Amino acid sequence: MKDFIIPTDMDMGTPASRSLNTVTLTIDGFDVTVPEGTSVMRASAEAGIQVPKLCATDSLEAFGSCRLCVVEIEGRRGTPASCTTPVAQGMIVKTQTPKVKKVRKGVMELYISDHPLDCLTCAANGDCELQDMAGMVGLRDVRYEAVATHFETRHAGGDVNAQFIPKDDSNPYFTYDPSKCIVCSRCVRACEEVQGTFALTIEGMGFNSRVAAGSASDDFLTSDCVSCGACVQACPTATLQEKSVIELGTPERSVITTCAYCGVGCSFKAELNGDELVRMVPYKNGKANRGHSCVKGRFAYGYANHTDRITSPMIRDKITDPWREVSWDEAIDYTATKLRDLQAKHGQKSIGGITSSRCTNEETFLVQKMIRATFGNNNTDTCARVCHSPTGYGLKTTFGTSAGTQDFDSVEHTDVVIVIGANPTAAHPVFASRLKKRLRAGAKLIVIDPRKIELVKTPHVSAAHHLPLRPGTNVAVLTSIAHVIVTEGLMDEAFIRNRCDWNEFAEYAEFVSDARHSPEATGLLTGVDAEELRAAARLFATGGNGAIYYGLGVTEHSQGSTTVMAIANLAMMTGNLGRPGVGVNPLRGQNNVQGACDMGSFPHELPGYRHVSDDATREVFEKLWGVELDAKPGLRIPNMLDAAVDGTFKGLYVQGEDILQSDPDTRHVKAGLEAMECVIVHDLFLNETANYAHVFLPGSTFLEKDGTFTNAERRINRVRKVMAPLNGYADWEVTMMLANAMGAGWTYTHPSQVMDEIAATTPSFANVSYELLEERGSVQWPCNDANPDGAPIMHIDGFARGRGQFIITEYIATEERTGARFPLLLTTGRILSQYNVGAQTRRTQNVIWHAEDVLEIHPHDAEVRGVSDGDWVKLASRSGDTSLRATITDRVSPGVVYTTFHHPDTQANVITTDYSDWATNCPEYKVTAVQVGKSNGPTDWQEDYNAQAEQSRRILPAAE
Amino acid sequence: MSPEKMTMMTNQIASFFATQPDADKAGRVADHLREFWEPRMLEQLFAHLDGGGEGLTPLALEGAQKLRATA
Repeated sequence: MKDFIIPTDMDMGTPASRSLNTVTLTIDGFDVTVPEGTSVMRASAEAGIQVPKLCATDSLEAFGSCRLCVVEIEGRRGTPASCTTPVAQGMIVKTQTPKVKKVRKGVMELYISDHPLDCLTCAANGDCELQDMAGMVGLRDVRYEAVATHFETRHAGGDVNAQFIPKDDSNPYFTYDPSKCIVCSRCVRACEEVQGTFALTIEGMGFNSRVAAGSASDDFLTSDCVSCGACVQACPTATLQEKSVIELGTPERSVITTCAYCGVGCSFKAELNGDELVRMVPYKNGKANRGHSCVKGRFAYGYANHTDRITSPMIRDKITDPWREVSWDEAIDYTATKLRDLQAKHGQKSIGGITSSRCTNEETFLVQKMIRATFGNNNTDTCARVCHSPTGYGLKTTFGTSAGTQDFDSVEHTDVVIVIGANPTAAHPVFASRLKKRLRAGAKLIVIDPRKIELVKTPHVSAAHHLPLRPGTNVAVLTSIAHVIVTEGLMDEAFIRNRCDWNEFAEYAEFVSDARHSPEATGLLTGVDAEELRAAARLFATGGNGAIYYGLGVTEHSQGSTTVMAIANLAMMTGNLGRPGVGVNPLRGQNNVQGACDMGSFPHELPGYRHVSDDATREVFEKLWGVELDAKPGLRIPNMLDAAVDGTFKGLYVQGEDILQSDPDTRHVKAGLEAMECVIVHDLFLNETANYAHVFLPGSTFLEKDGTFTNAERRINRVRKVMAPLNGYADWEVTMMLANAMGAGWTYTHPSQVMDEIAATTPSFANVSYELLEERGSVQWPCNDANPDGAPIMHIDGFARGRGQFIITEYIATEERTGARFPLLLTTGRILSQYNVGAQTRRTQNVIWHAEDVLEIHPHDAEVRGVSDGDWVKLASRSGDTSLRATITDRVSPGVVYTTFHHPDTQANVITTDYSDWATNCPEYKVTAVQVGKSNGPTDWQEDYNAQAEQSRRILPAAE
Repeated sequence: MSPEKMTMMTNQIASFFATQPDADKAGRVADHLREFWEPRMLEQLFAHLDGGGEGLTPLALEGAQKLRATA
């Protein structure tokens, strides 16, 4: 091997081979040993020798169209393309011979004869593979006088050039300039192979071959393009180019960091000039995303510099007052005094806080530490309360720990996938692309969802079975699947005997075998076809490696925890745990939901999921922190709001959450916030919750601080500071200032010290440190002496709790029932371009795809109500009403309506109720009985709400 | 917390443990309440017991009483 270091994200030309057999060959006199199936191009790259190339890139299968990568191989005729030629034992390759040099120069000459030579003013100047290759092959002269080109607007004679196609700048984030295109097909292949959308194609033949998005009348924006950026990433020229690069120039430095949107946790290179962010580029060594991205992570970062961003602290005595900008000192003193006064007057437990699933592990750890050690109570909670708290309860009960069992790579080994209550193409797009790739390769898919989500039928992917259940009947459906598996004897008896308690299983089997759980019996209430369910059950039990992926459609129900346990039962009875390709995989909503839960954000658990009543655990923290900790659980978010209305809870510190918009039953949340005397919002923007706040502490974005996020696969990824915080302080520093003003005496100078404290106190993090993360890039907990490399897959030889526990899962209908007044069921969710409450994405150009929330309604339900597509409709439940526009679609079944909660103008949560999961109080967002009728526009509630919000956001001019 | 909400939440917990094979179902209800409910919520529940525990299902009532006996 050549003795220099190959850059870690060098383009190797073709994908890596997975073969375990190796082959040794000689390239330019160097011996190279690579896996069987590797291309000659990649083998050369492994040896540090780059063969010129244009149509090849290592994220895509070799294509062999550009003929630039030709080499000579001893004993073979001609000049084979190195990208499509696999290595063979003893092969002798020469990459730089007079013959191949001549071929390459000839090829380049042809390319360049039809390419504008405006390199100096081209947006890709310095970042163009065509330019690089022209240089590398030593092209000095173009002999051809092109008669026809694709780039000249007029022919030499002055006639209009029909081959010239003007630039398409319909997409807000990138342009398509056909005049720069070399038709290498990399974009088309990226859209197919990496993203799996198939929005692009090559139209025409020969000289008329052109890249096209959608049909003839489409541009990029109106086509099926989802703006994931894979084509831009793959393009070797300026044909597909980020608008930010066109505007700002090519970046000169990059920092590897982690996306702050969904729970996939993609690694990105933040590319900058100075402290100006030019673009975010997916990092190919990122183990969650493997070089892929979605529209949010790659492009929707503009909120960081949005004019709405607040960078000065503000206070006010009453929420009806305008805000007053003050110094940090004054804001912190004011807050600390107010909180201590409230405690003096109303008791130590009258205040609390909410940690953020968008902030770092270190920040979350410090917020719960401040609450437990400085406030002196356990009134800490996090947004996982309203999303994945049932995962915590359910997986801890059955397996012994609250986490997904696999890494994302696992999906590459899956044969049968169940997706239940999740819509990955919208909410976890990069995982969805990886899943679709596996499905295109032959894996089977079972979708259990009331809606016909995109995965049910999408280009080259369709579900083997879609079970469109009635919202709220998850447990009945899953128990029926188990009924089929058990009564037909399809379970994995050896696994159950080895890994679980056989007697316990026998009891469970007796329960589940009862005829009332048969799909024929449950079909009456679930609406699922019995034969379809039986077929799905058989497929899952017998189809090879079975993996279950689930989202909030599982957890956000009155039986959320029971459903999680039903999923765990299914995985255990089919032996689908403890190896690649299987497992129970909760898809986490926010970037750091997993981390926030790990860090002890819940009121009943200290970091590492240890109950506050456990003396030994408390002692660990008491010794280190020098205070006595409360052994009784604190209030959960809904309990805090109830206690506020009751008058016993008076002060709340909210970091990076917008509970007024995101939590259910907005009127109740508002009443709770209104009843408090000191609400502190620590955020980037004056969010909806801030309308009821007394203190606003400006927050910092993920680009402005150091820390770690933990994604849905338990992967701890570094977040790196790429620019100074606009507000002056990273969020962990703000929390520390507040804690210290209340007497904490903390002295952290860097988040790495917080991670050291986490490692010292939490066994599953024992070996995690910033040094380790620098060395490894990322690591999946548990990472300790027993698992020094972390744990990509959990429960390999035994469950965290010892033996897996089967739980009886009896279906119990929710109290939320449809009836004459509210005959439809509302379920809520996300769409691709927006994220959660939209605080970030609404402040980017993503609004072009989703400017408002709309109500999906089935044609039948629309017709009987006289509703046409695009009409304003009033959506009402027993909790409240709101108005929005209707869109008529058969994605929803008759009797079911659907909307998103991204926009405060709609306030979908005015409609949702305060019913919740029996075990964890996770709200029942997914089932609300509603009525839909025609309306003229916004309801009184919406108008009053907006008026209050406008009043509340007034800021007094700063004092002179 | 409204009394209706409190009784509903308690009944929900009891309705799960009612389906479980444990001999001491009330004990499981009591354990769950102890593990997840904040003291002032429990006080409110106990006060409700004093008032007769209206609206609580038999197992919810038994679980709450059991918890109070050991609290």
